[in-house]
Amino acid sequence: MISFILRRVVYTVPIMLGVSLVCFALVHISPGDPLVSILPPDASVELQEQMMAIYGFDRSYPEQFLRWLGRAVQGDLGNSIATGRPVATEVFNAVGNTLILAVTATIIGFTLGGLFGFVAGYFRDSWIDKLATAISVIGVSVPHYWLGMVMVIIFSVELRWLPATGAGPGGSSQWVWDWEHMQYLILPAITMSVIPMGIVARTVRALVADILQQEFVSGLRAKGLLDRGVLAHVIKNAAPTALAVMGLQLGYLLGGSILIETVFSWPGTGFLLGQAIFQRDLPLLQGTILVLAMFFVILNLLVDVAQTALDPRLQRG
Amino acid sequence: MAVTADSIAQLATVEKSRGYWRSVGARFLRDKVAVCAGLVAAGLILMAIFAPWIAPADPLDGSMIKRLSPIGTEGYPLGADELGRDMLSRLIYGARLSLFMGVVPVLIAFAIGGAIGVAAGYLGGWVNTITMRVLDVLYAFPSVLLAIAISGALGAGILNGLLSLTVVFIPPIARVAESVTTSVRKLEYIEAAQASGASSLRIVRDHVLGNVLGPIFVYATSLISVSMILAAGLSFLGLGVSPPNAEWGLMLNTLRNAIYVQPWLAALPGVMIFLTSISFNMLSDGLRSAMDVKQ
Repeated sequence: MISFILRRVVYTVPIMLGVSLVCFALVHISPGDPLVSILPPDASVELQEQMMAIYGFDRSYPEQFLRWLGRAVQGDLGNSIATGRPVATEVFNAVGNTLILAVTATIIGFTLGGLFGFVAGYFRDSWIDKLATAISVIGVSVPHYWLGMVMVIIFSVELRWLPATGAGPGGSSQWVWDWEHMQYLILPAITMSVIPMGIVARTVRALVADILQQEFVSGLRAKGLLDRGVLAHVIKNAAPTALAVMGLQLGYLLGGSILIETVFSWPGTGFLLGQAIFQRDLPLLQGTILVLAMFFVILNLLVDVAQTALDPRLQRG
Repeated sequence: MAVTADSIAQLATVEKSRGYWRSVGARFLRDKVAVCAGLVAAGLILMAIFAPWIAPADPLDGSMIKRLSPIGTEGYPLGADELGRDMLSRLIYGARLSLFMGVVPVLIAFAIGGAIGVAAGYLGGWVNTITMRVLDVLYAFPSVLLAIAISGALGAGILNGLLSLTVVFIPPIARVAESVTTSVRKLEYIEAAQASGASSLRIVRDHVLGNVLGPIFVYATSLISVSMILAAGLSFLGLGVSPPNAEWGLMLNTLRNAIYVQPWLAALPGVMIFLTSISFNMLSDGLRSAMDVKQ
């Protein structure tokens, strides 16, 4: 097991390097002079020279990349053009809010998706199955940013039950788990939960249907085990795959939250990205993407390790 | 004699392949959901092509006094947008750019990703390892994030949007192509062709492609729905298509400010995106089961 974890970690290192290379390249594929694109338009000559010295745009690409990577590893992601504040601070403040939203959405999406999928797979080809399948198809096909708008229209504009945008009285920095704040979380979290829900329902349905057809289940049934006992075996067998999907989906939500956060003005990384795009703030864009992508890579690693711990057969594969 | 033998051989292959596609067609037609989805998708494509003939008004022609007219206003069956342009006409015209932005990246990625995957799968060895490791890096990004990263850096514009979406879809398509090709390459008839001295290019063209294109294509069609949502999402963020063009994601973006004035009008472009995405999704599902591709 330990050797597997080590191998998996070693395998992740080149991926991380590659991911940071892609993020590094973002500033360079952007049209125009990279120096201009990371400085405010009214930057003084001294500031320009200072930035030139720090970033070394006159040096070769490999050298630039190594210098940039060296600073990024130490937590220096440059400064935002729009606010002048360090990108790392901005991202750090936003990540917490995104995690609150993404984790809540994952929990809702998994509970509902798992339930739908399980029932559908257990009662295969019944009307419940067809309903659950229809819901999951809708879940994966709906443009979630539009669903967010529809939620706002129904629950904020028409019914006036819940606030439409923002993260409560504390703003972006002061999140508390009380009703005052949580009412702001409800709409974006439910909207976001639809993304994993459909995929989870599909996966769990296929898993359950598959496991129920395996010989050991008929064996258990033949032994006279009651349905509840069979159920426990099915859950045990479905758990590793379900966990893997869950981890991956949480990662996708971290990256995919940008559109939903924009709709609800939720002060997370997605909202930050939206601002960076709107103001053409490349250092902010680059830094946020780097942090989110690294999160995703590490999450993948953790999921793989956890999955293998639950199901050692995977080690050989 | 040689000519006759050749033409018979050719005839035989043609007959055989038509038999396969005929059975796929028959199976597809029996799937009512897929047929309905196919009809909706075809309708949307026809709507895009014949937009100038169907649309009652010019999609760019606004009227200040008609701004945000509600659904059902005389002369404006689906209302008017924030610049007083006819909503129905804009939704119809919007199909052009929206479908273009959603479908074209998948097609280009199918060609490029498919070629990369088949080459990596057939050649195997270190070529395979290096190619797949490089693709793993792009694969390490969630697709939405990668699309936004690239088009955010490149800036708004149709070409930049197409480019970023294409880059997003190449790795998954190449992965599927690689795994299908690798499994086909190990089959005995490929070995037989190699033993008989056929060149790699010829083996790939005559023996591999026919067996791998189907699964890769089905997988690619399943991405169209995602691509539609992502492409409209980019325009929704102010990337991709720019005003005053009619494109559903962009329309959703500009109408978002009117959500308190005409809420349901503002939601209309999203209905179109949803309709397109779900019909392509179900069409692809139907195609998969008709072609009996296991995934």
